[in-house]
Amino acid sequence: MPRKSTAIDMTAMCDVAFLLLTFFMLATSFKPPEAVVVRTPGSTSTKPIPEGFILITLDKDGRVFFNIDDLNAKRAVIEQINQEKGLGLTSAEMQSFVIGTDMGVKFSQLKSYLTLDGTQQKDFAKTAPGIPTDTTADYERNELAFWLATTQYHLPKGRIAIKADGAAAYPEINKVISTLGKLKLFRFNFITDPKGIPPGTALYEEQMVGTKAGH
Amino acid sequence: MAEIEVKGKKGNPRIDLTPMVDLGFLLLTFFIMTTTMSKPKAMEIQMPYKDEKLTQEDQNKIKKDEALTILLSKDHRVYYYHGIGDDPANPPKVEVTYFKDEGGIRDVLIEKKKSVQNLISQGVLGAKDRVAVIIKPDVDCTTDDLINILDEMTINAIPVYAVVDITPVDKEFITATEQANPTAQ
Repeated sequence: MPRKSTAIDMTAMCDVAFLLLTFFMLATSFKPPEAVVVRTPGSTSTKPIPEGFILITLDKDGRVFFNIDDLNAKRAVIEQINQEKGLGLTSAEMQSFVIGTDMGVKFSQLKSYLTLDGTQQKDFAKTAPGIPTDTTADYERNELAFWLATTQYHLPKGRIAIKADGAAAYPEINKVISTLGKLKLFRFNFITDPKGIPPGTALYEEQMVGTKAGH
Repeated sequence: MAEIEVKGKKGNPRIDLTPMVDLGFLLLTFFIMTTTMSKPKAMEIQMPYKDEKLTQEDQNKIKKDEALTILLSKDHRVYYYHGIGDDPANPPKVEVTYFKDEGGIRDVLIEKKKSVQNLISQGVLGAKDRVAVIIKPDVDCTTDDLINILDEMTINAIPVYAVVDITPVDKEFITATEQANPTAQ
């Protein structure tokens, strides 16, 4: 009997491979888009970001943006702010806040910001002035303090995470840290890029001991 | 190797697609791996409890021999001096360095730890005394500098450190050192 050819047609396998590839490339960008691109500095810390955090974003020009991970708390916060500041937000606008991304406008601009739809908000965020912040404890001028105080009321155990751009000048990050200090929030996290532990240092030795002990 | 046979077999080019599938799976694996690994990490910070009434007492608790003051300035420069610089009659020797792996601030910190260890074994400092680093960022340093110095604290296992406001005295130290070394490397 003549030998049959053993060559397999690989086109189907190739199709599957590229389909899977495309799926993963697209699926990884499903989280809500960030309003502001920030390059975080590197650190050797390997602690993962805690769940349910309050995110303060500081871009390189010193603009402050605010976001809360927990959507229920976010809704409670916007409702209380609406009431206390008398912003006159409709429930549609409050919903836009809850599902929206980082917010960086003053209270006076908040209503007009929330009437915009998703893509318009993203465009606006590029030139948004950021939340007014300074080193005082004056809730009228330091709006970030007002946001944080209201959020603390609804999320007393909320972890604070600061995502600051590496090129942001120190006075700007000092304003955020002072604001937290005035609210007696002394424990917080900086979001950083992972960095390898340099060999020969004390931390490296600790890590070696840790892995040898099989922890 | 992909072969495209032209002569001989008319209109019947045969291409071996195996390497294309290999590439496809390689790219796939690459994307799966990199998207999980690039999760940003969080750095835990504990700022000193700032009660306006307490700061003077806190400052006095740090002993001069165990203290190292670090001033962060522009262009990622790191000025440092031993002690807490509170004696106007004896200005400390201020030196400048950078965030390098070799010959930078890390070596200074390792040296300081060793010298404090020596002082403890000689009995000059108590057994419970540790290196204390006071970090004073100047207005023209960046967040990168602040995070880098805090990271160096963790890398070198420095147990006691604090970020405090820079004083006019320290700013004078910086300008004096800058004038003394106009072409600092």
